[in-house]
Amino acid sequence: MKRIVRAALLACACVLAAGAALAQQPIRIGAVTFLSGPAAGPFGVPARNAFELMAEMINAGRVPAPHAAKGLGGAAIELVIIDEAGGPQKQVAEFRNLAQRVDIVIGYISSGDCLAIAPVAEELRKLTILFDCGTPRIFEDASYKYVFRTGPHATMDNTAAALYVLERNPNIRSIAGINQNYAWGQDSWVDFEAAMKALKPGIEVKTSQMTKLFAGQFGAEISTLLSSGADLVHSSFWGGDLEGLVLQGAPRGLFQKHLVVLSAGEPAINRLGSRIPDGTIIGARGPFGPFAPDNELNRWFKNAFQERYAVPPNYASYKATNALLGLKAAYEKAQKAGAASPNQDQIIAAFENLSFEGVGGPVRMSLGKGHQAVMDNAIGTARTVGGQLQIVDVKRYPADTINPPEGVKSEAWIKSGFKK
Amino acid sequence: MSALEFILALALAKGLVVLGLLLLMRTGLVSFGQGLYFGLGAYSAALLAHRAGIGDGALMILAGPACAAAVAAVLGLLLARYREIFFAMLSLAFSMILYGMLVKSAALGSTDGFNLHAKTFAGIALPAGGERRVFFAVSVVIVAIVTWALHRYLASHWGRRSAAIRDNELRVEYLGASVYRVVYVNYVIAAALAGLGGAFAALAVGHVDPETTYWTTSGEFVFIAILGGTGNVLAPFLSAALFEALRTVANQYAPNVWQMTLGVAMLAIIMFLPGGLWTLVRRKAA
Amino acid sequence: MNTFLAVVFDGVVYSSWLFLMAAGLTLIYGVMRILNIAHGSLYALGAYVAATLGGAWIAAGHAPAGSFAMLALATLLVGVVMGPLIERGLLKWMYGKDEIVLLLITYAVFLILEDAIKLVWGVESKMLSEPYALPGNFQIGGLAYPVYNLVLIAVAALTGLALSWALYYTRRGKLLLAVIHDREMSAAMGINVDRVFLVTFSLGAMLAGLGGALTAPMIAVSPGIGVEVIVLSFAVVVIGGLGSLGGAALGALMVGIARSVAVRYWPEGELFIIYFVMALVLVARPRGLFSAPEARKL
Repeated sequence: MKRIVRAALLACACVLAAGAALAQQPIRIGAVTFLSGPAAGPFGVPARNAFELMAEMINAGRVPAPHAAKGLGGAAIELVIIDEAGGPQKQVAEFRNLAQRVDIVIGYISSGDCLAIAPVAEELRKLTILFDCGTPRIFEDASYKYVFRTGPHATMDNTAAALYVLERNPNIRSIAGINQNYAWGQDSWVDFEAAMKALKPGIEVKTSQMTKLFAGQFGAEISTLLSSGADLVHSSFWGGDLEGLVLQGAPRGLFQKHLVVLSAGEPAINRLGSRIPDGTIIGARGPFGPFAPDNELNRWFKNAFQERYAVPPNYASYKATNALLGLKAAYEKAQKAGAASPNQDQIIAAFENLSFEGVGGPVRMSLGKGHQAVMDNAIGTARTVGGQLQIVDVKRYPADTINPPEGVKSEAWIKSGFKK
Repeated sequence: MSALEFILALALAKGLVVLGLLLLMRTGLVSFGQGLYFGLGAYSAALLAHRAGIGDGALMILAGPACAAAVAAVLGLLLARYREIFFAMLSLAFSMILYGMLVKSAALGSTDGFNLHAKTFAGIALPAGGERRVFFAVSVVIVAIVTWALHRYLASHWGRRSAAIRDNELRVEYLGASVYRVVYVNYVIAAALAGLGGAFAALAVGHVDPETTYWTTSGEFVFIAILGGTGNVLAPFLSAALFEALRTVANQYAPNVWQMTLGVAMLAIIMFLPGGLWTLVRRKAA
Repeated sequence: MNTFLAVVFDGVVYSSWLFLMAAGLTLIYGVMRILNIAHGSLYALGAYVAATLGGAWIAAGHAPAGSFAMLALATLLVGVVMGPLIERGLLKWMYGKDEIVLLLITYAVFLILEDAIKLVWGVESKMLSEPYALPGNFQIGGLAYPVYNLVLIAVAALTGLALSWALYYTRRGKLLLAVIHDREMSAAMGINVDRVFLVTFSLGAMLAGLGGALTAPMIAVSPGIGVEVIVLSFAVVVIGGLGSLGGAALGALMVGIARSVAVRYWPEGELFIIYFVMALVLVARPRGLFSAPEARKL
């Protein structure tokens, strides 16, 4: 009898609480991503689409377990989306503006923007979640209380790629690179070259092409690569540059004469499909897209996204989703710790060192004093089967084999041979 | 520091660069490479903190124009010979060369740039969280002084010679004055102003990156100059503030078409206020 | 020897592409004294229209070889539609203004067109690889090159020759030259300067569109492809001398070969090689390579 009464009272309380929760103030989240310029197509708009889809799904409670609860701890998400274009100076101005209008900021694909925004977020004491930018410098060069990054940083792109390449082709003697001449391309090449040299000392670099960002045309560069005699060509190209490289390089035999590694090539899978020659090694900057494990959450995400937007989600969409899911998990953890309507400090405390189930697999906020996420990575090879591009021969790499340990800078860690 | 203060701080910094452009335009020249000095000013201020470990705001504010003026003193020797589009393109070329050098430099963070922090000002420690307010206040004072100084300069005989050069350079030569010298001095002054603006911008934003030397940044300065008109030394600041506000509003209310919004606004201003925004003020006064 | 040939060939291919862009720009500047920043958008429009028309052609099941005709059609459309639209619709009302103001007007047009393109075509890239892949490859010293490169060179050369012939050997062309040389005097002599402006701008727009249409099969056409092109074309035009077609050709050749050499032997220098070349040329010849001596008016 006592149990039934207790259960009934609990049920009433729950209903009242739920009612009260849904009647809570919505949480305004500013989402910053590229809506114009060359980064909009491959990353910005897929990310925005994911933000919009997931906000709606989370509010409706339609996300599968373990994220089935409605809203962020019951409160609805209200998105304010702004364009990341214009460079760091402009973005700092926009951030200051945005911070006055929203509770939380999620955003930033460009590493330059992330680096500029982080100290400003700290100054304004505004919880900010970086979801995509690659540079490891954010939490390796400084510490932040109010800034989190739910996406793994770019170090693991090229460490995993190097491991994969050498496992399958131990006789490689020379490498070449074609990367965009800006921080992303330079860092990617430096990481890959250092990783290859650490894993196989004595490997020769034939040429490192650094193309102007968005050049689009690579006639002379491809000629140089073809004449170089390198066994392998590495590229961290993305967007129009990547598509141009495949369109111009494949007919000329670039992919036959060399083993080509596209460390961030996953978004091109949907765009180029079977135009990507067989044998090309492709990375997705994490276990995203074709590398996502087959469980209910991932299947639901792929289907929901494809149904809404007619294209599959790419890694930008996955990372955007994980930012929202991580925030949601932090809210719920803070609530479990006793705060019915958690304030910012409580959310931050819950977020630090959080582990949650993201799309693509588990995410652990285990670097950067609990503010930087790590995930496993996966690399695969392209093969066209029956007219459709498949990713075969997938190898997964656990997070701690391809990410530096806490407190160790990525560059030094790679050079040391990935010492744990 | 609130969003409004930040926009004003940036407007002051950019206004300084445009002030230099105003001086050059009054001499009949348009520079598409002020981004070079803006970037030099920003980076020299930032490098003091990053490399030399000097976190003093006052020194940074001095370093910006000093470095810019030093480089301009050399480049100006060449550039002062050129006019019109060739002056514009050559100045653009130099700014793009600096851009290339900065992008190549992994030590300087390439296109990601790096952050700067200033902890003291002229030796006095700054309250944590209040540094930007202090720099803003300082920038207001310095901008006022510099603007007044330039106003006096333009009214002086050197300034009038500049205007004469814009009207008819050949006659000025025939009258015995050295056009080259005037252009050179004006170029160095404009560069110093841009460097000062760069230092202030770096302090306001807390971050430097090579985008400041890219040609689109220089083009933005030229646009702000036309927007305000060359009628008065206050016009650059007015139009810089308006431009920043315009861009923020366009981004906020039309994030998908902010470029178009900006373009239409530009056309409207050019068509209906050909003398720049300052003519609005002038009309009211008259 | 093979390396030398490859470097030269790569340089010539790039030069051809540059020339198409620079030719239109230098004509517009020569005749109208306008630095057309919107040239970049017209290039992008040419690429987008070509990709759309070509894509529709192929999707409708027609012979892939016909996609070349689609490139030509796209060029024509851009020139015939955008030229008069911009010139009559906007520029005509602004001719009295300062050169720098005209430049800003074209910059505003560029901004508007960039977003207009985005609104019409979206942010996803468009590809039209059939014209590029169809003609196959040929070899230079063991290196495979697409025959399409030869098409590009041929079109650029033919365009250059056709333009020169039209300018220097036809009556209309000579009228245009007269306007380039001295607008006031030409008007005084009864030349319909207004009509010349319209024709020139449309021609320039068509050349930009041609550049874009020819480039479309090589790349993924996406937002922002117009931006970089602007500075490159300007640099070539300045190097060659404003208003000079031969200068544009020579300037394009110099930049193309310099760039090709840089890519082969000093890859990171590729970023600023064009500005080096421009600075060097301007130091030696302050008004560009082929500049007519200008009479100074007292």
